[in-house]
Amino acid sequence: MTDTPVAGRSGRDGARSRAVLLAAPLLGLMALAFFAPILWLLAMSVYDPTVARGLPATAEALAGWSGDGNAPAAVYPAFAADLGAAREAGTLLDLARALNTRLPGIRSRVVSAARANIDPAAADEARFAALHKSWVDPATWRAVQASTSPWTGFHLLAALDLRVGADGSIERVPAEQAIFLKVFQRTFLLAAAVTLLTLILAFPVAYFAAQAPRPLATLILALVLLPFWTSMLVRTASWMVLLQKEGAVNQILALFGLGPLSLMYSTSGLLIAMMHIQLPFTFLPIYSVMKNIPTQQLKAAYSLGAPPLTAFRRIYLPQAMPGVAAGCLLTFILSLGYYITPALIGGPQDQVISNSVANYINAELNWHMAAALSVVLLAFTFVLYAAFGRYLAPSSLKAK
Amino acid sequence: MADGMHVSFSARLRTGLLAGWTVLVLLFLVVPILIPVVLSFNSERFFLFPPSDFSLRWYQEVLGEERWRASIVNSLVVGFGATCLATVLGTMAALGLDAPAFPARRLARALIMSPVITPIVITAVGSYLFAAQVELINTYAGLILAHTILGAPFVVVTVSASLTGFDANLMRAASMCGAPPLHAFRRVMLPLILPGVLSGAAFAFVTSFDEVVIAQFLTGATHRTLPLQMFTGLREQLSPALAAAATFMMLLSLVLLGVTEILRRRTAQRVARARIPA
Repeated sequence: MTDTPVAGRSGRDGARSRAVLLAAPLLGLMALAFFAPILWLLAMSVYDPTVARGLPATAEALAGWSGDGNAPAAVYPAFAADLGAAREAGTLLDLARALNTRLPGIRSRVVSAARANIDPAAADEARFAALHKSWVDPATWRAVQASTSPWTGFHLLAALDLRVGADGSIERVPAEQAIFLKVFQRTFLLAAAVTLLTLILAFPVAYFAAQAPRPLATLILALVLLPFWTSMLVRTASWMVLLQKEGAVNQILALFGLGPLSLMYSTSGLLIAMMHIQLPFTFLPIYSVMKNIPTQQLKAAYSLGAPPLTAFRRIYLPQAMPGVAAGCLLTFILSLGYYITPALIGGPQDQVISNSVANYINAELNWHMAAALSVVLLAFTFVLYAAFGRYLAPSSLKAK
Repeated sequence: MADGMHVSFSARLRTGLLAGWTVLVLLFLVVPILIPVVLSFNSERFFLFPPSDFSLRWYQEVLGEERWRASIVNSLVVGFGATCLATVLGTMAALGLDAPAFPARRLARALIMSPVITPIVITAVGSYLFAAQVELINTYAGLILAHTILGAPFVVVTVSASLTGFDANLMRAASMCGAPPLHAFRRVMLPLILPGVLSGAAFAFVTSFDEVVIAQFLTGATHRTLPLQMFTGLREQLSPALAAAATFMMLLSLVLLGVTEILRRRTAQRVARARIPA
């Protein structure tokens, strides 16, 4: 009744704050337990305070050093004092490991220098040179100096098989140390292959189902949803059974006098299993778009004399493209993040970037490297999502 | 005449080829998931095809052995907790996002959906960092919160979809009749969007019940879930007991999702019909 502008505005403000309040609990939980920890993880790729914390006196002694000539003499007593303190505090191994990521091989030298338990008052160049000649090498101290800054691009560069060279420019790491670009390349090729193969399998089925009479279309849809609704772990387990040496696939091949193929722990086995898991993701968006393309258009094109293939290419395909794009994008993005299936079905040569991330956290205990690999993987995922996300109408995710 | 027959022949050939391809692809999709079902009833210790004897011994093993039973209980507790939280928070968020007044709606929606496309290992590491910070490692609560975030997007999507057909005038009418907002929601809106809520809840439950990687990062031996127990078993050795556990998991998700899907389809028109005539 009191529809004055003031009441209108406060009504709108009320609706607005009510709407925000309704969404706040979920967004708040996500901010605390999802976005903040992931941002923290990503920050770890460029922030590593282990050395700065472990070598405070050394950092101070090196602070003014230009890096030319020998390291300042004050470094040696400071370093001896820091090592003693780290040994006392029990942080020596963490410190040695952190230094080792920047200067491969230094770990054991740091530990043995700490074991030597040099009295800081008596520590000098000669005393350290007696332990290992690298302690008088300026290159060692330049690396230590660089490590004493908690901010570093080292891990991000390493994730792309790059490093800062002796002259300060960015260069490729030697071929025998380059591992990550190969893993990224493998991850991308695998995702692309899965996307392409599922498209080849799914497109004709979606086309057929979209033209089929209703009961048949419903049956096809149900048979696609059946595996879609089945646990991904269960489907991976099924393929492990099927692909074994004595598994069903090899038994069938044997009937034709073929095989046996070693499909478990092979790239082709992994590809087959991933195709099986992703096929419904590619299919459903294509089908939901094709279902709404009127078939009369094709009939009209035929009656105007267009050959079937031309009519299909000119009339049908352009209208089906949004579905194709959505299905392919969804499968490609999800395939980039696979972890379980490569871990169980793939061999050591099939490990993808997610496996590397888990390995750096569980086995190598190098969170910073895991973080750097996560930055690259997440960046690719979200660039794709931002660039083509408009194709992913909520409806294409609805079926999952 | 001849030309017409030619066209119909090639059209029939096309349809035949398409039908054949469809049958092959559907076989590829469905046959592999039936394999563990068949093998789980096998009496032999090894996977021999075809199975020699029908037996329930592997189900007895799964349900009888303490570590399997404990993992099923853990999965049910976590799944139930995560489903309740995800359903309540997700439905509320969907209602909020449905209001045109919501600021930065598209961004908020994209943020809520982001766990779906974030690589699961990164989500798991993030969950680990969070749980370690608030001392929820190896607790039900830690895993429930992580699975809530994973399941809520599905609730938001299904509830949003059921809200598209909802006539907002119904709520105004209820309020004019003197119903307090919560009462109006419970008596007018909820019955109409219930299929969407339930189908979102089913997806949230199945997502939690299928999740391995976060569970691997967050739990120790005492809170191991069923999928994690299976994953560990699969890494060691394939056994028919795993097939029995797999069949159990499959059945649970198929029944849950199938029932809610049928429910959703049946009641989809009800929402569209329930409107105040102009």
